[in-house]
Amino acid sequence: MSILCDKNTKVIVQGTGRAGAFHAKQCIEYGTQIVAGVAPGKGGQDFLGKPTFDTVAEAREKTGADCSVIFVPAPFAADAIMEAAASGIELIICIAEGIATQDMVRAKRYLQGTKSRLIGPNCPGVITPDQAKIGIMPGYIHKAGNIGVISRSGTLTYEAVDQLTRLGIGQSTCIGIGGDQVPGSNFVDILELFAADPDTKGVVMIGEIGGSAEEDAAAFIKANMKGKPVAAFIAGKTAPPGKRMGHAGAIIAGGKGTAKDKIEALESAGIKVAPNPAEIGKTLASLL
Amino acid sequence: MKIHEYQAKGILKKYGVAVPRHKPCFSVDEVKQAAEELIKETGIPVVVVKAQIHAGGRGKGRFKEQPELGGVNVVRGAEEAVKVASKMLGNTLVTHQTGEEGKKVNRLLVEQGIDIDKEMYVGGVIDRAAQRVTMMACAEGGVEIEEVAARSPEKILKETIDPAVGMQPFQARNLAFGLGLKGESNKNAVKFLLGLAKAFEAEDASLAEINPLVITKKGDVMALDAKIGLDDGADHRHPDWKELQDKSEEEPTELEAKSYDLSYVKLDGTIGCMVNGAGLAMSTMDIIKEFGGEPANFLDVGGAADKDRVTAAFKIILRDPNVKGIFVNIFGGIVQCDIVAQGVVDAAKEIKLEVPLVVRLEGTNVEAGRKILKDSGLKITPADDMADGAKKIVELAK
Repeated sequence: MSILCDKNTKVIVQGTGRAGAFHAKQCIEYGTQIVAGVAPGKGGQDFLGKPTFDTVAEAREKTGADCSVIFVPAPFAADAIMEAAASGIELIICIAEGIATQDMVRAKRYLQGTKSRLIGPNCPGVITPDQAKIGIMPGYIHKAGNIGVISRSGTLTYEAVDQLTRLGIGQSTCIGIGGDQVPGSNFVDILELFAADPDTKGVVMIGEIGGSAEEDAAAFIKANMKGKPVAAFIAGKTAPPGKRMGHAGAIIAGGKGTAKDKIEALESAGIKVAPNPAEIGKTLASLL
Repeated sequence: MKIHEYQAKGILKKYGVAVPRHKPCFSVDEVKQAAEELIKETGIPVVVVKAQIHAGGRGKGRFKEQPELGGVNVVRGAEEAVKVASKMLGNTLVTHQTGEEGKKVNRLLVEQGIDIDKEMYVGGVIDRAAQRVTMMACAEGGVEIEEVAARSPEKILKETIDPAVGMQPFQARNLAFGLGLKGESNKNAVKFLLGLAKAFEAEDASLAEINPLVITKKGDVMALDAKIGLDDGADHRHPDWKELQDKSEEEPTELEAKSYDLSYVKLDGTIGCMVNGAGLAMSTMDIIKEFGGEPANFLDVGGAADKDRVTAAFKIILRDPNVKGIFVNIFGGIVQCDIVAQGVVDAAKEIKLEVPLVVRLEGTNVEAGRKILKDSGLKITPADDMADGAKKIVELAK
């Protein structure tokens, strides 16, 4: 019915401060199995009715958690990611924004050869509607169904999901891969999972300026996603070159990574691109 | 964060990367002293006086007040250095990267003259395809490297660095031999590249470009120019970066926005935008353009769009005299629409907003939010969705 997470996913929360507690509470209310918090030095304290542990290793051992959502501040986030990986956590979701790029380069190197998959950082997280919400997205706009959603942006994803739900189109799993230059997972990493998921019948992919992840995705979709229609949208047609548009990774550098190039790559791979952000839902609907 | 050439050279020197002898100067008197000292220290009568601004193309650029004068000047003797410096300091240099308005030159770099044999290129980047740092080299220096990459990509040599071990000597040799360097200059280039890679990592650079890298007749390898960008995400472990920041180089409004935790980029259009989320903010600009308008800015007001931040955002948008209307586009997720609506109403009242305002609200507590806007007594045009809002603001701002 989904990829990455479902109602059986057991989640720990790394970083039990204000943001971690606020969002973990909403996840619990949505029905997510939050099983523990992790905060060094706070072991033994209560966290939303669950235990807090000093280390991820102990939390995993005592709770059997297979997922961690990271809310620690950016300077400590790479360390938290590596700690989760070292403890064998399969799915690591990092919400924090503003992590040093070379911290992420090192963390990704560390993850090589482990069984951990990283989503984020600088992302809203992952939700499988009606089963598990692991992140900061508003749960109520989602509806269970068969369309996978994958995006580099947060609020623009909510916009797209809201349009789908209003059209009566439900979602299998929605993933924000984040707006950084070195994300834990790229479009292709997630598209592979959607391609293999029998319950995902189509995909909405939301990209933006900067890098070439959309071009890579276009090639992957053309070769591997026959029978699963993909609708796309690319933000930043009007973005000036050389300026970072909010996200660390949203920058046209040396004339590369423009919206025009990305749209051309997607369209030449046979992917339908929504002409504007108000028509993302409609564009997908037209393919079903 | 961008820094000046002389600051970049100061950083490189710490890591054993060879740079010409140089001295930053803030006044003509300092230029005189620096030139005299350099000539005495090196025995070379030639010095170079370089404008220090956060933009490339300085050599080919021209001063507004001195149309014959470029931003990089090779002169003979301290007296000539002073003469040229007095024409540069305080004047405005226009290059292909500054835009027509140019940049005022407040700092100069005085540097020893170098006996150049060959000009090449080396650089370090965050390689998004490899998801690692990649060091690049090219035997063609002193030209735009993007042009070389587009014209003949095979001329760009690359070595991607494994972050677990850092750049290895064999990788530096691959690049140095690839550049055709032999003997002494090869050894010097290897040392240069290893130092550059170390500096890139330890100083959390986001970009390091040495263009040109020069090989002297003696076989010395030096950074004739140096451009380094620093990763803002790492500023917590570099307290010294505060001193490197030159606020006079930054767009004042963007600087002010940063102090309120707002992400703002000024553009040339007439329709101000205030949006939550970077992706939504970018696509709001796009949809304004699609309906025939031109966005005046990118502005991500972030998750906590309360009265204070909305007020700050309005003030920043309105500082741009071209703004003829504002489009607020909020998708309230965790943020509640009624709180944002109250923020918009309070802010609009406080600053006595005079330009047309279109507000599109969606998400949590949207009905309560719309009611607040309606009952405010202010002339706020509500929009049903993004497209509707964009159409309305383009019409109203005509």
